[in-house]
Amino acid sequence: MISYSFDFSFLLTTWPAFMRGAWQTILLAGTSIALGFVVALVCAIIRSGKSKLASGLVGAYVEVIRNTPLLVQIFIVYFGLPSLGLRLSAETAAVIALVINTGAYGSEIIRAGIESIAKGQIEAAECLGLNKLQIYWHIVLIPAVERVYPALSSQFVLLMLSSSITSQISAQELTAEANLIQSETFRSFEVYLIVAAVYLALSVLFRVVLWAIGEVAFVRRRKLRT
Amino acid sequence: MSVNEATGTRPRNEAVPGAEPIIVVDNVSKSFGPLQVLHGVSLTIERGTMVAIVGRSGSGKSTLLRCMNALEEINGGTIEVCGNKVSMGDRPSVKRLRTDVGMVFQSYNLFPHLTVLRNITLALTVVQKKSRAEAEAIAQKVLAMVGLADKAEAYPEQLSGGQAQRVAIARSLALSPKVLLFDEVTSALDPELTGEVLKVMEDLAREGMTMVLVTHEMAFARRLADVVVFMHQGKVWEAGPPAEIFADPKTPELRQFLSSGL
Repeated sequence: MISYSFDFSFLLTTWPAFMRGAWQTILLAGTSIALGFVVALVCAIIRSGKSKLASGLVGAYVEVIRNTPLLVQIFIVYFGLPSLGLRLSAETAAVIALVINTGAYGSEIIRAGIESIAKGQIEAAECLGLNKLQIYWHIVLIPAVERVYPALSSQFVLLMLSSSITSQISAQELTAEANLIQSETFRSFEVYLIVAAVYLALSVLFRVVLWAIGEVAFVRRRKLRT
Repeated sequence: MSVNEATGTRPRNEAVPGAEPIIVVDNVSKSFGPLQVLHGVSLTIERGTMVAIVGRSGSGKSTLLRCMNALEEINGGTIEVCGNKVSMGDRPSVKRLRTDVGMVFQSYNLFPHLTVLRNITLALTVVQKKSRAEAEAIAQKVLAMVGLADKAEAYPEQLSGGQAQRVAIARSLALSPKVLLFDEVTSALDPELTGEVLKVMEDLAREGMTMVLVTHEMAFARRLADVVVFMHQGKVWEAGPPAEIFADPKTPELRQFLSSGL
């Protein structure tokens, strides 16, 4: 039987690098989530809108993204776009790819929320004299996002975990830092166990923050639980 | 209770029947695709009266009510509400219509993500641009009218069906409509909850609110309506004061409807 003795002593010198990696992942994922939400919202609105052409285009975007690997999408942005003269830093390319990716998944989630709003709600709002825009904002969009917020949160946590793939283009984030440490210490097992633990902690952190945002944004959720 | 202050309508006893038509439906037809639902319906509703529209399912009564509030586009004829010609395509006219007419639905259609108070103040602040404080004062007043002053901070899912429907009525009342349309507002309620909603409607009627209701509550219509309209096959089959309609139906269809329904 192979015996393996764990040795975590390298942590004494490398822990700042892990922390830096974690912080970079927070920044990368946080930016991508914020921008991805906006893209998802806009796409969901267009897709459930009246224009067949616009809705079709968004539909095509969503299907292409959902049916191709994230890694390939990242490669296209990072290695492909320079052929068109658009040279991006690894981090910028990573954010763009993650935003495009999460925008597609998120828009389907939000669209489900929009379509769950009963027609009677809209008629009641019409009868109260609200115009189309007011109805869309107060009666459709806000409750739609409130309804799908848990699903959206899970999608965002998934995005944070997926951001580890961007280490493949050497974007600065946790997994990339771990790869570096691993190549210097040769303690692969320990390094990736630690990385896994840090990702776990980050997941908890993201869930807590997203939950808190939901508590603030959707008063009913908070009030009805108590 | 003072509906008058909130609604601007005149007390019932001042209304002069026959003198002031508030809704005039003239030869209206309406089809959904190949299915014609209304066949040349004509009806005049006077200010300060309660008109009950009765009939079987599919007789076109709810469609007629929805046409009066531009929720459905009519295919022929005209509808005038408060001197305004109803047309879904004419935005300013629809906007005027919405300020004159309130509507209450069978499924309440309260906004689930908003408190009772906000359900009522939403249109006051967003549409009428009233201040929050002013809107809330109006909301408290109409909530008191329907006996739910203590429910302002509740959410719709915390209400019983009867309470939800009373909030829906209060929400319409807050905008001081000249006419209230009720589309089978008690059909989803248990008999005991129906009573509390009908009580509110009765109070409104006594205060002189012009009301048009599509209903299956025959006893209520008989007791309180000024005019009962029996619709059959998309037409106004018979109309008149409840005493006449219920005691002396002229057509076999109405006779059959009354005997089966009661």
